[in-house]
Order: sequence, then structure tokens, then C-alpha cells
Amino acid sequence: MSENKRIKLTINGQKVQVEAGTTILEAARTIGVNIPTLCHLDLKDIGLVNQVASCRVCVVEVEGRRSLMPACVTEAVTGMVVHTDSKRAIRGRRMAVELLLSDHPNECFTCPKNLECDLQKLAADLGIREIRWDGEKRGYAKDVSSNAIVKDPSKCIMCRRCETVCNEVQTCGILSAVNRGFSSFVGPAFNLPMSETSCTFCGQCVAVCPTAALTEVNYTSDVWDAIHDPKKHVIVQTAPAVRVAIGEMFGMEVGTSATGKMVSALKKMGFDKVFDTDFAADLTIMEEASELVHRLEHNGTLPILTSCCPAWVNFIEHQFPNMLDIPSTCKSPQIMFGAIAKTYYAEKTGIHPKDIVVVSVMPCVAKKYEASRDELTNEGYANVDIVVTTREISLMMKEAGIDFGNLEDGEFDRMLGESTGAGVIFGTTGGVIEAATRTAYEWLTGENLENVEFTQLRGMKGIREAAVMIGDMELKIGIAHGLGNARKLLEDIRDGKSSYHAIEIMACPGGCIAGGGQPYHHGDFDIIKKRQEAIYDEDRKMARRKSHENPEIIALYEDYLGKPYGKMAHDLLHTEYTEKERI
Amino acid sequence: MTKYRMHILVCGGTGCRASESDVIIERFREVLAENKYDQEVQVVQTGCFGFCEQGPIVKIHPDNVFYVRVTPGDVREIVEEHVIKGRRVSRLLFTDPADNEKVEESRKMGFYKKQLRIALRNCGLIDPEQIEEYIANEGYMALGKVLTEMTRDELISAIKISGLRGRGGGGFPTGLKWEFTKAVKGDEKYILCNADEGDPGAFMDRSILEGDPHSVLEAMAIGGYAIGAGKGIIYIRAEYPLAIERLNIAIGQAREFGFLGENIFGSDFSFDIEIKYGAGAFVCGEETALIHSVEGGRGEPRNKPPFPSQSGYWGKPSCVNNVETFANIPPIILKGPDWFASIGTDKSKGTKVFALAGKVNNVGLVEVPMGTTFREIIFDIGGGIKDGKAFKAVQTGGPSGGVITAENLDTAIDYDSLQEIGSMMGSGGLIVMDEDNCMVNIAKFYLNFTQDESCGRCTPCRVGTKRIYEILERITEGKGEMEDLTNLKELCEMVKDCSLCGLGQTAPNPVLSTMKYFYDEYEAHVKDKYCKTGSCKDLARYSIDPVKCIGCTACARACPVDCISGKVKEVHVIDQEKCIKCGACYEACKFDAVIKP
Repeated sequence: MSENKRIKLTINGQKVQVEAGTTILEAARTIGVNIPTLCHLDLKDIGLVNQVASCRVCVVEVEGRRSLMPACVTEAVTGMVVHTDSKRAIRGRRMAVELLLSDHPNECFTCPKNLECDLQKLAADLGIREIRWDGEKRGYAKDVSSNAIVKDPSKCIMCRRCETVCNEVQTCGILSAVNRGFSSFVGPAFNLPMSETSCTFCGQCVAVCPTAALTEVNYTSDVWDAIHDPKKHVIVQTAPAVRVAIGEMFGMEVGTSATGKMVSALKKMGFDKVFDTDFAADLTIMEEASELVHRLEHNGTLPILTSCCPAWVNFIEHQFPNMLDIPSTCKSPQIMFGAIAKTYYAEKTGIHPKDIVVVSVMPCVAKKYEASRDELTNEGYANVDIVVTTREISLMMKEAGIDFGNLEDGEFDRMLGESTGAGVIFGTTGGVIEAATRTAYEWLTGENLENVEFTQLRGMKGIREAAVMIGDMELKIGIAHGLGNARKLLEDIRDGKSSYHAIEIMACPGGCIAGGGQPYHHGDFDIIKKRQEAIYDEDRKMARRKSHENPEIIALYEDYLGKPYGKMAHDLLHTEYTEKERI
Repeated sequence: MTKYRMHILVCGGTGCRASESDVIIERFREVLAENKYDQEVQVVQTGCFGFCEQGPIVKIHPDNVFYVRVTPGDVREIVEEHVIKGRRVSRLLFTDPADNEKVEESRKMGFYKKQLRIALRNCGLIDPEQIEEYIANEGYMALGKVLTEMTRDELISAIKISGLRGRGGGGFPTGLKWEFTKAVKGDEKYILCNADEGDPGAFMDRSILEGDPHSVLEAMAIGGYAIGAGKGIIYIRAEYPLAIERLNIAIGQAREFGFLGENIFGSDFSFDIEIKYGAGAFVCGEETALIHSVEGGRGEPRNKPPFPSQSGYWGKPSCVNNVETFANIPPIILKGPDWFASIGTDKSKGTKVFALAGKVNNVGLVEVPMGTTFREIIFDIGGGIKDGKAFKAVQTGGPSGGVITAENLDTAIDYDSLQEIGSMMGSGGLIVMDEDNCMVNIAKFYLNFTQDESCGRCTPCRVGTKRIYEILERITEGKGEMEDLTNLKELCEMVKDCSLCGLGQTAPNPVLSTMKYFYDEYEAHVKDKYCKTGSCKDLARYSIDPVKCIGCTACARACPVDCISGKVKEVHVIDQEKCIKCGACYEACKFDAVIKP
């Protein structure tokens, strides 16, 4: 940008030059002036900028303007004279926080967001010691209708972040402002219970909520009960994305892989066996790649869509019920794991499936809902019994007094604990399809794949496409993360504008590393990018990087399942989809 | 075409209709037909005459006789006496409260003398459901002139010269707004009419739409031409069924006559209008909230900039003008901007319609030149304070404005003078208060309204107005402390300073202005737990002056809870335990023996 197009303004007496379109908030940061914010959320990497300017915490004084201006949305203009620290600005900011607190339950001690709450932190940072505005509180009842997300409107501060992510990023349109004036809160239309809406339970609303108005349903006590029940054989599986984020909960540097420490901690907690969802991810590739090859060789429905993401499955069932023949019929890795645990593993160990409790540690809240789906059972036993998030398991470890950071690295237990690099990359956008391509390539060409890294499939762009040469065949691949992007790809398929063979879809922007059950990113998307790097690092460190080379998977088919995509595999590892109402 | 020798104009506005003016019209037609006068005398349902206090109103042309408070039972007498025999029905004539004289002609009444009707020019004159009547009164001539003789720049320049400012409350120069919207590039633009009149007590927009809908349609087409819009949208609250009905009729007729549609007046300008209904939220009068609502979204404002002229309806350049603003456009075109600019004050041109209400004798809709004083409106036009009580204050600008006290009665009203004295023009509500009004209670009333009408988007308005209301509630209940007064003022200033839109930014005005002018009342409520007007029931304490009481028993008979004891010709006593502070004894006593509060 040429010099004369730069905006020149004054902030707190200091001259500042910024590019046109810069907000006062951003301009102030360039000179080290931090203006506190609350409703503001800037995740430009995924196209999410919350611009409602509703909390008024960032108000600043702009000379010549009658009222205070919200710094988060007011663009800097040449000649502007801004005061962020004037008596007026500070009074406005403090009183906005006081007012929010005056209508907020005073229960920080027992709140699920205690020490993770942006409002709490703001009150602490501003040194609020007294709330002068005694009065009525909204006091709405919690919505505990779903088994994934708890909505507590009495803690809603109307920042509208959830609404923005639900509507603009995920295009689900479940959350919006309900009622008016003092009674306002964000919730489903007509204040319907979440379970009666088309909510996919992706949990992105939970990920961005600054308070505890939206949290995951907590199942930690169920896990403890199972562990402490001597009659139960409790096994745990950990999803790929958990290992690259769990360290954050214990003060480790963002982007640290803590796989070994996590395994040790889980063992210390008292799980009978610690297994890996990565193992099941390899199994998923065996089935999904077989299904792709089958569809390619038998003129089946194309493209094939991945089906590991439960929120995405909910999305297509509610939003595109006429297209339920295109997703892969494969159960997700967590569910495949459970199905194998209660059959193959039960048989091998001689433990009756009724005594086996399968606990999943997931980066996701939709996985909680998925585990409760009626059809995801075999022989009367739910494939998965309890799902807890990365956050929940970390708190349990803390409760158990585990000094996570100083643990020795542990190893996953055998039989369902071995995995390849293909399994771990399931945790990021692009990973599932890359893993599938590694296997499909070798199966279709019969050649050894030297360079397993399909970098053209990687990155953070919302919709990506790539063509991979498999022998003389060009495999066209599409990738979408974020349900809004998924919608675009689906509409193209519906309208016959799509020529992909295979598409990977993840509901959360970034994939599972940015799931609704992960440690809160508090608006810093760099955290997600670092988790992604950690995932690819894990892959590189693995001895085997193709799912079909996993020895435990080979043994599973040889000893028990027979052929991939065969009869028994179908019974245990595949599912079907049903049309759901769109509300 | 039938030529009539006489016209009976009957007000068909919402107010008069509520008093059966539609039945009156029917009766006139029946009785005239009975007497075979229906070919000579035409009954016309008009829009509002403005003098709602005296409705239903019947005006007889060409005799220029103005009958007030007519009932269906009076119709036969009017026909038999006035129409047939040419004699006035004097009991139905208006009695001037000043001298008790009967007045026949409206222009001789105090209520009308100082009025100048530009926006309301056709209200009470033409039948709003007949486009021919509008055309006969120069209707659509301005549109014709604009489309055939004026360029868009000439038109905008004329509006700028006229000095017309937005009548919805903001007072932004209309010509400038048009110019800004025209200047923004875009092949699709919209002109919107804000008919979401939400001020409690204000009904000028409704009256214009009910009484002269074509003037708004014509002006919207003119505005559309100015900014380059092919489509107009009228956003009207669904609580205005009569206005909606008449607008629909008018739009149909205008299309039929080619004033809306393709190639209007043979020009290359095409324009049409659509009506969108609002659910009656005060905040939807704010232009960005209005646009959200028209789009089908939640009626809530957003931060400006960008202004609607840059990004409005579905992100297209849009211009939002108020009903009364539009109603001024055709006369400006026809009579010239200089004529309009010659009326009013230095910076506020033309006239303003006020809805005069409260403790004033002549309640109604009045249109006066800018620069008219409060004294003229309240005492000359309004006929003074009811029941001979003392004037205390007048609230302008509805819930967004403030009170004006006796010391400012001679202020020449315009946008700027009102701001200077701590109030605002708003949409033109004028609520007159007398000595019996408690100013803390008045402030509480307005805050109850605004906190209820807040959309809930921003913290200061959502929580702040609620907390202001709660403090006022405490004070009027006798639970206030001096600290509350300090906090109240600070909170009001913060809400004004930090709210997102005009609703929150102005909501504290009634509190701040009553605190400024009547701080003693606040203090008395807090310190002495005393409300001198008796309005605050929790503070009221009625007692009987034993010296003045003659023992007439009137108070005891009026008491709904039988808490007054005493025999005939003996001093009465109020049982304070049982008293519900309703004030009935105070009203009943003819000897000023009941002490209030």
C-alpha cells in the first residue's frame, strides 16, 4: 500500500500509521495499547470475525464523536484522535463489565468454566471489587436435553459468538437471539430444547463461548464409577487429536505431543487397558479404502464421503436427507473401536462384553451424541459406553493428583493399541483422505508408495481440492472443513457440478484438533495451527505410516474379521443413515 | 359525474372510528337516502382532523361548520336541521374553553388558528380511499414535474435548499441523505419508508397514512427517482390495520393510474412499492434495526458506519425516510424549496406535527411552523392545562427526550433549541404534565418503556436500562438511599455514552432531565420518603385536617376499602393501616380537608 493511503491517527497521544480498514483495536495493538474485549472474536483463518460489538467493553473515546465508540468495529480514519485510557472510556468499560456481572450467577467456584471464563478474567483484569447494580437476574433453567451440550442461558452475555459460528461458519442456524431486552439470550428458535433441533452438536459454539452458557455434558463421574466398579473391565481409547492438545491443560507448550504422558496418566487413573483410537483409524482406512475401491470398480455412487465426523453425519442427515447414499457406510473410528472391543477383544480375553466398559477420550462433543445412537450397537451392547472430552479427562487427571508434566512416557496396551502414522493424521483436516490415499494407492497400483506425504491435501483453506495420480488413474479429491464449506461441496454434488471421487469432510474448522472438546483456544487460532504441526510430526515419527501395514490390524482380519469389506466387517464396522427433520 | 351541493366530511381516523365514526357515516347515508338527499349531499370519510379530543368530528362543506363529539344518535338531527333546513345544530358546536363561546368554523378555533398544515394538508379534507380526490388536490403533480422537468441532481438540490430535515427524530437533512445514497455506486437501490411509529402517544404518521396515503407514495417515488431506486418498501407496524388497508388501496390505485409501475409519466423511470409489516417494536424505528426486520431478521440495530446509504437492505444502498418527511416532499416540489425554507427557524425549516397529549385541554394532532413556542402550543392551541391546574413540565421526544419546564416555555421549538435545553424533537410527542405529576414517577414510566423495548443486543441498554428502572422503582417505593441518586446519574451517563444505537443512547434522557430540573423531588423521595403529588403510592400518606373537616361523609363514602371512620358532622379519621392510598377521598372532599399525601 502506498504511503499516502495509510491512515494516520493518534491514540493516547501517540501517532500511529495503519492500513485502511484497520480497526481502532488493531491500530492500538500496533503501539502496545491493549484494549480489553469480550464479545469480539477474530478467527480470520476460518473466516470468522464476530462484529456484533454488543458487550461495549472495548469502548474508547474518539474526539468529535458524541458517544464512546467500540474499538473492535470502528475503523481508524485519518485525523482521528483516540483515547483508550481517558476517565470516560475507563468508566464506560468498567461499568459495562459491572452490568454484565450484575446479571450473572455468582457461582464461579462451581462453574464448569471456572478459571477458563473470559468474563471472570476480564473482571479480574479490571480489578472489579464491587457490583453496584443489585437487581433481578434472568435465572433461566439449563437445557440438559441433549447428551452432548448443556445450554445455560442465565450465563449468556449476548456476545453472539455462538450465533455467528453456528450461522455464518457452520450454516446450521440453530442459535440466535431469543426474547428481547433484559430477557434476551441466545438459543434455538422458540427456545426449543437443543435435542429437538437440527443441531449437529459440532460443539463449535462451546469452543467460542466466553462463559459457561454453552458447555459439554460432563460424564466424568460415570467414568470414575466404572473405574471403581470391581466387576467392570474398563478400557479407554484416545482419539488422535487429544494427544497434541492435552498438554495445554497442564501448562505445557502449545503444540507439544504428549502421547506417552497421556498413556501413563490414564494407566495411573486406573483404566484396565489403555488403547488407541488411532488403531481404529487404521481399521477405518481398511474399510473405507476398500469401499472406495469397490465403488470405483463397480460403478458405485461417487464421490464417496468420509464418515468419521459425527457432527458431519448429523448435518447430512438433517440438511441433505436425499443424499444419504454418498457417505461411506463405515462407522467412525471410535465406534469401530467399541465394536471390536466388545467382540474380538472380548473373545480373545474371555471377558464377557457386558462387563466391558468402553470409555472414549475425544476432542469432540458430538462424539458423546454419536455414542448414544441406537444403531451403533452390536448384539445388544452399545459400541461405546462413555465419552469424555480432552478437557474432562484432564480435570480427572488433576483430580487424581497426577503430576502430568513429570510422567514417564507410557505405551499403549497391545491388541488394540498399535497404530500407524496414517491413523494419527485423522486428527487434522485432510488427514483422513491422505491416509486413505496412501492405502488406496498401494492397493490399486500394487506398487510401494515411497513418499507418503500428500502435501497438496494439507493446509487450512476451507475447501481444498487435489488430483492424485494413482497409476494412470487421476483420483480427484475434495476436502472441506467447517460445515458451511461442507454445504457448498454438497450443493455442488447435488447440482451435478462436482467431479470428485472422494471427499473428506470435518465439521470443525481445522478438523478434530479444533474440536469442541479441546482445551479452549480463547480466540487464538495459532494454537490450532500448532496442534496441526504436532499431528504431522507424530506421523513422521511413526515406524509405519500406512494403515494396511499395522500388524494388529492384519492380525484382526486374519484371526477374526476375514476380508476387509467382507460379511463380518459389514456387521461390525458399517452402519446406515436415516433422514432427520430440519428444525 | 354527480355534482353535490354539499359534502359531509366525517373523520375516519382510528381515534374517531373507535367512537363509531364508521357508524355515523352509515347513518348519514341512510338518513340522507331516506330524505332523498343522497344525490345532493355526499358523505365523505376523511382522514384525521387532528382535534381528537373533540372527536368524532363532522365537518360540513361549503358551510364550513365543524361539529364535535358527534354520535350516531346525532345524525338525524344534523340532516334534518342543518342539511335540510339550513340551521346549525348549536349543541354540537365546539365551545371555546377560554370564553365559553360556541365556535362554528374550525379556523376560528384556538386549536387551529396557529396551525399551518403542510404534511397534514389533505388530512380531514379528502377521502383517502379515492385517488381522484388526491389528484384533484394537486396529487401526483409533483411526481410528474420531477420526472418530466427535473434532473436527479436538480431534485436533490431542491430538497437541500428547502432545508427539510428528518421528521422521525434524527433531524438529518433529507436532501443530504438522498445525495449520499445517490452517490453510492450500485445498480440496485432501495428507498424505505419508516412507518414504525413507536413513541407512546405519537400518531402523526398513522394519521398521514390513514388520511393521505398517496402523498407518501408519491414522495417515495420522487425519492426513488432521486437516489436511483426502482423499489420502495413501507415498513409499517401491524397494529395500524386501517393505515395498512388504506395504503394497500392507494398502492392498487396508483398502479392502476400508472403512478407506480413501468415508465411512469412516459419517462424511463420505473418504480413500485411493497409493504412489510413490523411486529411493533420501538427499536425498529432505528433504521438499521428496521432494515434487519424488513429482511426477516431480528429487529436489532447494528453499528454505524456503514450507513444504510452505503450498505442497507440486503447490503444494497438504501435510504430510510419517515412518513412525515415524505409527506412534505410534494408541496416542496410544487411550491418551491424557497417557499418551504421561508417557514420556520434558521436551521429548522417548515412545520412539525406534534401529538399533543397529557394534561392539556385540547388533545390532538397539531402542525405548526418550526419556531412556535411551547407556550403557544400548550396554551393557545392546547387551550391550557386541564381543570385549571398549574403547568409543571412538558415531555418532548417521547421516551428519548426530556422535560421542559416553565422557564423554557417561550423557547422557539426547533431541532437545535430542544437539544440545547436537554431534550430532543423526536418524532413529535408532546406530553403535558401538571402539578399532580410526580417527576420521578414519570421518569420511571419512560424507563419501564425503554427497558422493555430494548432489543437486548448491547450491555448498557439491555442491563443498564433495567438497572436504571430498578433504582427508580426503589426510590418511588421509599427504599431509595442517597447513594442511589449518585449511582443513578452515573449509570444514566454511561448508558447514554456507551449504548449501540439511539434507543439506548437516549433512554436515560427522561431521568437526566428530571434530575436536572426536579432534583428536589428525587431528594424528597429518598430523604423524606415523601412524594408531594401522591403519585407514588408507597410514599403517600393521606390524612384529614380536623380543622377543615365538616363531617360530610363524602370521603368515607368514596373510600373503596372503608378505612375512613367518623359520624356525620364529626371529624373523620383515616385508618393508616388499611388505607390503600388510592386518593379517592382526596378527590371526593369538597373542603380541602384531605391532606395529600
